[in-house]
Amino acid sequence: MPSTAEPFIRARNLTKRFANFTAVDSVSFDVQPGEAFGFLGPNGAGKTSTMRMIGCASPVTEGELHVIGMNPRTEASRIKARLGVVPQQDNLDAEITVRENLLMYARYFDIPGPIARRRADELLEFVQLSERANAEVESLSGGMKRRLTIARALINEPEVILLDEPTTGLDPQARHVIWERLYRLKRRGATLLLTTHYMDEAEQLCDRLVVMDKAKIVAEGSPRQLIEQYSTREVLELRFSDEVRAQLDGRLSGLADRIEMLPDRTLLYTGDGERTLEQVHTRNIPLESALVRRSTLEDVFLRLTGRTLVE
Amino acid sequence: MIGAIRMVQRNALVYRRAWRGSVFFSFLQPTLFLIAMGVGVGRLVNRGDASLPAGVDFLDFLAPGLLAAACMQTASFESSWPISGKMTWQRTYEAITATPMRIRDLVFGELAWMAVRLSTVAIAFTAIITLFGVPRSPLVILAVPAAVLTGLAFSAPIIAYAATRKRDHFNGLFRFIITPLFLFSGVFFPIARLPEPLQTVAWFTPLFHGVELVRGLTLNTLESPAWLIHAAYLVSLTVIGIGASLWAFRRRLHA
Repeated sequence: MPSTAEPFIRARNLTKRFANFTAVDSVSFDVQPGEAFGFLGPNGAGKTSTMRMIGCASPVTEGELHVIGMNPRTEASRIKARLGVVPQQDNLDAEITVRENLLMYARYFDIPGPIARRRADELLEFVQLSERANAEVESLSGGMKRRLTIARALINEPEVILLDEPTTGLDPQARHVIWERLYRLKRRGATLLLTTHYMDEAEQLCDRLVVMDKAKIVAEGSPRQLIEQYSTREVLELRFSDEVRAQLDGRLSGLADRIEMLPDRTLLYTGDGERTLEQVHTRNIPLESALVRRSTLEDVFLRLTGRTLVE
Repeated sequence: MIGAIRMVQRNALVYRRAWRGSVFFSFLQPTLFLIAMGVGVGRLVNRGDASLPAGVDFLDFLAPGLLAAACMQTASFESSWPISGKMTWQRTYEAITATPMRIRDLVFGELAWMAVRLSTVAIAFTAIITLFGVPRSPLVILAVPAAVLTGLAFSAPIIAYAATRKRDHFNGLFRFIITPLFLFSGVFFPIARLPEPLQTVAWFTPLFHGVELVRGLTLNTLESPAWLIHAAYLVSLTVIGIGASLWAFRRRLHA
């Protein structure tokens, strides 16, 4: 992470208010060139509103925002020329073909025809849609549409790519294909900004992220740092029958750094899950199931807000 | 305005596939009306004292009215569902505004495209009525831009309306505005034949001014300052509609 460089995106007390609610409440962050930066949080946390302000699609209510050194209020078109945007909901042009979507989009950027055609073919190759170049957009699967949307966002060779929940609603296979492509972009040095409510997505792709909840940033760091700071190394997940659960009070105390009782399972935060599990057994507490796993950002989020990410 | 041209290019690309469907609506339908009403009904009308202005045949009276009305209908149709589709369902405008294209590029581009579409309708229909021997003067050439202006005076405000709709609410527009205008704005009979209070209402409708202008240029019956009033009315409505469209697009796309 080149921390000496001028940040690509700089937000200070950035605020977005609509008529009757505050979507983003005085958030500050920096994104460095070449970084993959994530906004993690549940629906309604203010991630999309933040992205829309960065993409110059929504005016800043208050605070300071600089995107590639420019002010969205006065230089929106110049900023947009250097951004690639993958919105939460696909907005491909359904009335023209796959390849025409890329060529037409290139025109909006004033990219000359021969260059646009070359890039369109390269990008279709990159997102593995060359065979569908002349297909109608409607005939594509959800994963293909997402890939085409990503290809379209790359047509102007953007310096910053904004991805708003790039894999929400896709099946696991389609998600992995997208992650793999985004990972390649990252290795080529692209600056990625993405929002997600999947912790595995954030852990896989983000160098650094902020956790948002109720319009505010509640934590910031690399996935590893956040887990170290807000969670233990491992988590023991236990399930009990309803009767056992009802009479559990106090029987688990002292076994873990922290215990979280969720409706369906009980989480014990501990440095060594196997040892804690042995201790549970020696206390003769009957279990339905037990699972030892590493801590994830989900645990961080639960610790910070008392709620799970996907509700 | 290079951005507006991009929008025209996009619509032309789509239209290349969809043009067949629109030929009936914008072109064959008025031609059928012209034959059925102009030639068929016209025989009956011309037998009696129809007291049409300038003593023209019913066919000659009707044809320029249908030209203006065809432009109104094409403009209204193309400015309602397709615009709200691109705004709400397909989110095409959202996609385009993520590029350096500006909101005014979208609005002026849509109107420029509409002008192109209306020109094809007006030129083709003018050619047909020329075959029927309707025009009385070379001024009929100017009936084409006059008919296009009539269409734009509908298109601009309807684009603004369509951009504010989250669902399509256009059936009411066609049932209660476009169809009554078609029937009572002087296309089929002079508005002087309407009862007194309705004449005033008819005078204030945009189609009346479009019909008068197009008819005057086709039959060479224009008198100044009347034509100036007609043109000024249509231009004003277009300008107001453009302002409203810019406002409506900003509210939806830059909130």
